[in-house]
Amino acid sequence: MTKLPQETRKKLGLVIDLDTCVGCHGCVTACKGWNTQNYGAPLSDIDPYGADPEGTFLNRVFNYEIAPKDGGPSQTVHFPKSCLHCEDAPCVTVCPTGASYKRVEDGIVLVNEDRCIGCGLCAWACPYGARELDRDAGIMKKCTLCVDRIYNDNIPEVDRVPACVRTCPAGARHFGDLGDPDSDVSKLVAERGGFDLMPEQGTRPVNKYLPPRPKDTLDKTPPKALETVAEEPTGFLGWLDKALERL
Amino acid sequence: MTRPENIQIETSPPISDEIRKTTCYMCACRCGINVHLKNGQVAYIEGNRDHPVNKGVLCGKGSSGIMQHYAPSRLRAPLKRVGPRGSGEFEEISWDEALDIAVSWLEPIRESDPKKLAFFTGRDQSQSFTAFWGQSYGTPNHAAHGGFCSVNMAAGGIYTMGGAFWEFGQPDWDRTKLFVLFGVAEDHDSNPIKIGIGKMKGHGGKVMGINPIRSGYNAVADDWVGITPGTDGLLILSIVHELFRSGKVDLDYLRRYTNAGFIVNEAEGPQKGLFIRDKDGKPLVIDQNTGKADAFDKPGVIANLAASHDGNRTVFQLMAAKYLSAEYAPEAVAERCGLTAQRIRNIAAEFARVAFEEEISLDVEWTDWKGEKHDKMIGRPISFHAMRGISAHSNGFQTARALHVLQILLGSVEVPGGFRFKPPYPKPVEAHPRPHAGVTPGKPLDGPHLGYPLGPEHLLIDDEGKAKRIDKAFTWENPFSAHGMMHMVISNAHAGDPYKIDTLFLYMANMAWNSSMNTGDVIRMLTDKDENGDYVIPHIIYSDAYSSETVAYADLILPDTTYLERYDCISLLDRPICEAEAAADSIRWPLVEPDRDVRPFQNVLVELANRMKLPGFTDEDGNAKWADYADYIQNHERRPGVGPLSGFRGKDGSKSGRGEANPNQIQAYIDNGGFWIGHIPEEAQFYKPWNKAYQDWAVEIGLYDSPQFYAFNLYVEPLRKMQLAAEGHGETQPPDNLRERIKRTMDPLPIWYEPFEDSNVDVSEFNVHALTQRPMQMYHSWGSQNAWLRQITGKNAMYLPKKIWEKQGFEEGDYARISSVHGSIVVPVALHEGLNDQTIWTWNAIGKRKGAWALDEKATEATEGFLLNHLIHELQPPKGDGMRWSNSDPVTGQAAWFDLRVKVEKAVPKPSEAQPVFPPIKSPVGKGPKVVARKI
Amino acid sequence: MHPAPSVIIFTSISGLGFGLLMWLGLGIPDFYGVASFGVFFMAYALSVGGLLSSVFHLGNKKNAIYAFSQWQTSWLSREGVLAVITLLVFAVYAIGRIFFALNLPVFGYVGAALALLTVFSTSMIYTQLKTVPRWNMAINPVLFLTYAIAGGALLSMQPTVAGVLILLVTVLQWAGWIMGDKRLLDTGSDKGTATGLGAVGKVRMFETAHTARNYILDEMVYHVGRKHSQKLRIIATLLIGVIPVAMLLLLPASMPMAIAVLVIHLAGVFTSRWLFFAEAEHVVSLYYSRG
Ligand SMILES: Nc1nc2c(c(=O)[nH]1)N[C@H]1C(S)=C(S)[C@@H](COP(=O)(O)OP(=O)(O)OC[C@H]3O[C@@H](n4cnc5c(=O)[nH]c(N)nc54)[C@H](O)[C@@H]3O)O[C@H]1N2
Ligand SMILES: Nc1nc2c(c(=O)[nH]1)N[C@H]1C(S)=C(S)[C@@H](COP(=O)(O)OP(=O)(O)OC[C@H]3O[C@@H](n4cnc5c(=O)[nH]c(N)nc54)[C@H](O)[C@@H]3O)O[C@H]1N2
Ligand code: SF4
Ligand code: SF4
Ligand code: SF4
Ligand code: SF4
Ligand code: SF4
Ligand SMILES: [Mo]
Repeated sequence: MTKLPQETRKKLGLVIDLDTCVGCHGCVTACKGWNTQNYGAPLSDIDPYGADPEGTFLNRVFNYEIAPKDGGPSQTVHFPKSCLHCEDAPCVTVCPTGASYKRVEDGIVLVNEDRCIGCGLCAWACPYGARELDRDAGIMKKCTLCVDRIYNDNIPEVDRVPACVRTCPAGARHFGDLGDPDSDVSKLVAERGGFDLMPEQGTRPVNKYLPPRPKDTLDKTPPKALETVAEEPTGFLGWLDKALERL
Repeated sequence: MTRPENIQIETSPPISDEIRKTTCYMCACRCGINVHLKNGQVAYIEGNRDHPVNKGVLCGKGSSGIMQHYAPSRLRAPLKRVGPRGSGEFEEISWDEALDIAVSWLEPIRESDPKKLAFFTGRDQSQSFTAFWGQSYGTPNHAAHGGFCSVNMAAGGIYTMGGAFWEFGQPDWDRTKLFVLFGVAEDHDSNPIKIGIGKMKGHGGKVMGINPIRSGYNAVADDWVGITPGTDGLLILSIVHELFRSGKVDLDYLRRYTNAGFIVNEAEGPQKGLFIRDKDGKPLVIDQNTGKADAFDKPGVIANLAASHDGNRTVFQLMAAKYLSAEYAPEAVAERCGLTAQRIRNIAAEFARVAFEEEISLDVEWTDWKGEKHDKMIGRPISFHAMRGISAHSNGFQTARALHVLQILLGSVEVPGGFRFKPPYPKPVEAHPRPHAGVTPGKPLDGPHLGYPLGPEHLLIDDEGKAKRIDKAFTWENPFSAHGMMHMVISNAHAGDPYKIDTLFLYMANMAWNSSMNTGDVIRMLTDKDENGDYVIPHIIYSDAYSSETVAYADLILPDTTYLERYDCISLLDRPICEAEAAADSIRWPLVEPDRDVRPFQNVLVELANRMKLPGFTDEDGNAKWADYADYIQNHERRPGVGPLSGFRGKDGSKSGRGEANPNQIQAYIDNGGFWIGHIPEEAQFYKPWNKAYQDWAVEIGLYDSPQFYAFNLYVEPLRKMQLAAEGHGETQPPDNLRERIKRTMDPLPIWYEPFEDSNVDVSEFNVHALTQRPMQMYHSWGSQNAWLRQITGKNAMYLPKKIWEKQGFEEGDYARISSVHGSIVVPVALHEGLNDQTIWTWNAIGKRKGAWALDEKATEATEGFLLNHLIHELQPPKGDGMRWSNSDPVTGQAAWFDLRVKVEKAVPKPSEAQPVFPPIKSPVGKGPKVVARKI
Repeated sequence: MHPAPSVIIFTSISGLGFGLLMWLGLGIPDFYGVASFGVFFMAYALSVGGLLSSVFHLGNKKNAIYAFSQWQTSWLSREGVLAVITLLVFAVYAIGRIFFALNLPVFGYVGAALALLTVFSTSMIYTQLKTVPRWNMAINPVLFLTYAIAGGALLSMQPTVAGVLILLVTVLQWAGWIMGDKRLLDTGSDKGTATGLGAVGKVRMFETAHTARNYILDEMVYHVGRKHSQKLRIIATLLIGVIPVAMLLLLPASMPMAIAVLVIHLAGVFTSRWLFFAEAEHVVSLYYSRG
């Protein structure tokens, strides 16, 4: 039912480190692979080998450039984006069928595919483009936070994390309870100044992003200049003699 | 209505019936994968957490391997060409017929003139096996793709320090504090670099990216140095200048472990520039303690870098004289490099600061090559990695050398926090083989095809100076072409220079498309006919697993399996999966049966060898030694007790490295997750070239048969030998037209010279550099057959820097004509601000030929996507004397892809498709399905 | 937003239908028997047809019944429920008039109110969306209602009332357009807030996530050029208001003329609805657009 819970027992979500993401798309295809075989209908690809392919992906990695305010060289940031499992999820309340819901136990926002009519309204309501209507199944698809992995007794305990987190080679994706201030992810967010996307939309996302660390600092805070021991080979030989003696 | 708390979902569904562990082959990184099977079918692929390479993670390609495995482009049966070459018209035939045809071409020339076969393998991961086959067959014309890929990096490293970056070494990720990347977009060490960068950032380390383009690793780099292409050598030598000026070099390291203290003969004559040696041929140093000249490796001897001997100076003094010169001062090079002098000074100061002020020390005792005991391992936590950005230039060998010399001056090779080799490296150049080309009809070649020449005597030229190999490797044009020169094979075979061949046998190389330096020209050569109407290259056999562009140009196709359907062996005999702490190797094994009439290529080679009774494959009684490749992997011995796989040797599988063949070895690998790992003892982890414990361990596991201690070569004597020849000394003399070039480019100390294209074309007209980069999620041309990956990158644009974008008034959606001296393309453009302003670039190998890869002819890859290769050429434009030099490094023959110079003009009106357009080829496998929604 | 024909037809036609029902509920025109069958038929055809058209928009029709379940939270659900109740209430009212020449004004008035509520709910499906700032304005429900009532007035053959309402719609519509033009800016959302990277500097798209199409792009990242939309606004103005009012004022009343006015007005409504979707910027486009 599309009323949002007052409070969820946990706030499971992802923390994505924009300083480390190298943009390899590992999380994109791992997600596609896992979610094609598991929860709900497979993520389809229409015209996959044709002129105009279009497939369903629950996670996509964008690329932005930033022209820094302080005039340094342009920066490039890889930007993965999936559902942020918002606390005030507008996608849930607009849903006419009750297919969209937010779980009370962990805050995961899910689509009940047995209910969904594929009207698309939830996707319209999401500011982040985190929902995609599967063209083959006609059903709304979104990141499930791998709800069928994280509690799954059939996989080893270390692997009970989302597929995208497990695969990320750069360690740029973290998973945990953001409702618990003592969790690793909460501490990381506090330490690194994690932020919300489009806070002005009032969605209160659970997922957080860690900002890139300051870049191009070498010329701004240069190391101590190297002192000259010799300008030419003869002087250098003199220095060398002494230096070798000191060893 | 059900309230959310009452909605029941299955949070613990069964995942699969079975997990099989093997090795990824979506690229050459060779990560370990867990393949989940359902109903006997491949359902899901994830990383193997226990695997030394990837520790559980997978990149974008690896995670989409399932779509490669099910790709509609997979070849289905052997094919015999029925239409003209290039049409794509084939008829499916049986394997028997296919093998008969192949033998009917191969056997007669083996009996008459084995060099009429050119057997070249591309992105081959069984090189020790394919080379063994080539050697048994008896042709000198064999190599893999290294010559056009990164031989500068490999050779620069081997000659300098007995190992290279590439897959042969890695930073000490746990301890390094500054990681400097030169010209790397992705590289073979794909996941380890990503894991490493993540790890470094986690512990507060910094990354510096030296690259004209800011994307990928260079985007996450803390500092980006947007250098102008082709000038890295200059930047590095300027840093070296700064280090000499300030005395910031690791003198103790240099005098102990390198040839910095070797005495160089400075007297005029045939010995000039060579080391002064004792009667055993050992280079001399002046001992710091006794002041006497002694063999460099004698116990107790420590070289005095400041000494001289009969007026002859040490290498180190020659270096000081050279690099202190004003031509390398930051002010002198900054503009050329596209940087400021201050920035260069800051970079040098930062390198020195990290190396010497952040020195680390491990309390680990070890004994060095001279028997001296050390109670600590001193670490310099600065590490480097470089790849094709420096190697794919015509000055790449010397640039790679310069970079290694810089690392050595900082004392940061094989030390904690620095760069470390992976077994079987370090391995001095002397321990590598020399190249061979001794042909006897009906007999095997007289030795391995490839190797590292140590002087003119090792060149593969006949008495008239003519090349013995079809690719002209190991000639005066490129004497140290240690990986062969695959990019020259087709043009030389077409020209009949140095001779004509009969059969071109290719494996896993898309030579009729992205693998060629000039695609259109190569297509012309492959289809060209002589006056009798016969093809100039009479027979072409090709093994591919997919419907690539090159398939259309072969007469006979031997279809391979996918990587989940065959045995493979990633062996310590060629390019293993080792880590700096451990030796490791791995296998692939058939997890599923092919549903098509295809065979693993290595099995086909065994069958061909057996039919021809090739010596290496046949026992004394004339019987086949091996039934198939798996049999070979398990039972072949290169040297007694040493075979393709190092793990689980000995009858009962209890031995590592050395041991008799184990009949259950492959099963042992399977049971162990597809790989074997043997850890290096703790006291042997660093200082490996000079560490007794390491050398003993290496001998024990069979990496070599006796310890191979050596000194790093700041000064490379074999280069000097080539120069001496060019100066007129010695019996083997280069042709006159090459003398000057050899003298200039084969300097025994690193130098920088302008990339050849810069001197051969009008740089005021062709005023920008054009580059390609590998997208992380695509592997060369094969990514496009993958339905998931092609949605990510299904077309490419030419990225232009802001300066060009604004000056020429480009807007989104525009096309530009990009021209080089060799041709022009008309392609979509886009803006990239994080870009050196004299550089444009695009993603590599996204453009596809219409009809290939089971894609629709209107696929964006074929209508908007494009190759840069139409603008490149394997030859430089003619010089004043009408000679055309090959577009390669003069030392190694490495293809100089990134020397390319172009001009950019707005294309109005824009064309309906990116230009040039080639006619479609007929797909031998049909087209892919209209919808894929595969849940197993 | 992608101007999908199904939703354009749905909102325009069903609006018209419920607008007509509203007048019928008020007893205008005061028909009974066959004549009343005609007008009710028209009203039902329009409102039900519109609703059916919206069903074409659904990816998975077999679950459609659940769409009535979430009336407590979802405007789409409310709209469905209200539409059904409205049609049921009017069924009683219509049956009375058609078959029994019986006027049940309570059903009429309640029905009229429900019809307006239905149109209001329809408008709220869009208005509630903070993600589409151009829709997220109080004037939109007013516009939807005015469109419905004006169209209903035309259909219920009240030239003067219709004329006045049409003029009102036209003026309101211009106000809506002008207010809408700066809505996105007012939200404060830009690439900087979307990516959270605005603090570092000016953010621009370098490479989109996938070069291939996707649902979000198709559905939400539709773009009409400024010039094109200005042109369409003028055309819409002429069709909705200017021409019909001129015709009503200048030409003698006749059936063909009434039909012509209706058709022209309808064309205007479609045009403005097309613009309503096509011009609406979804904030997700901040992730996708260059510049
Ligand atoms: N995902 C993926 N991985 C691959 C491959 C693949 O196709 N896809 N291919 C594999 C193969 S065969 C190879 S050889 C390796 C190659 O691995 P890389 O060496 O990473 O190859 P490129 O992508 O060609 O990247 C070359 C880099 O050098 C930069 N560059 C070019 N010229 C200069 C220069 O003069 N100076 C500096 N400093 N930089 C320069 C370019 O901007 C680019 O970033 O990758 C291997 N790994
Ligand atoms: N412009 C430009 N061009 C370049 C480069 C560049 O940087 N810029 N880089 C160059 C470099 S370094 C390289 S290494 C080359 C690489 O270029 P190629 O060697 O052409 O590499 P691929 O495109 O991967 O082609 C290898 C072929 O192997 C086939 N194949 C894949 N898997 C299998 C298998 O399991 N079995 C068999 N039998 N075949 C298989 C593929 O279908 C494909 O046809 O490109 C070179 N070309
Ligand atoms: S990100 Fe979008 S889909 Fe996910 S909870 Fe928030 S609003 Fe809903
Ligand atoms: S598409 Fe499905 S989940 Fe989304 S609002 Fe409609 S019914 Fe609900
Ligand atoms: S959590 Fe699972 S569903 Fe969500 S993006 Fe990651 S892999 Fe995809
Ligand atoms: S897998 Fe990790 S590094 Fe790769 S794109 Fe995703 S978040 Fe970035
Ligand atoms: S780096 Fe990626 S593609 Fe290459 S072997 Fe590893 S997982 Fe496979
Ligand atoms: Mo390569």
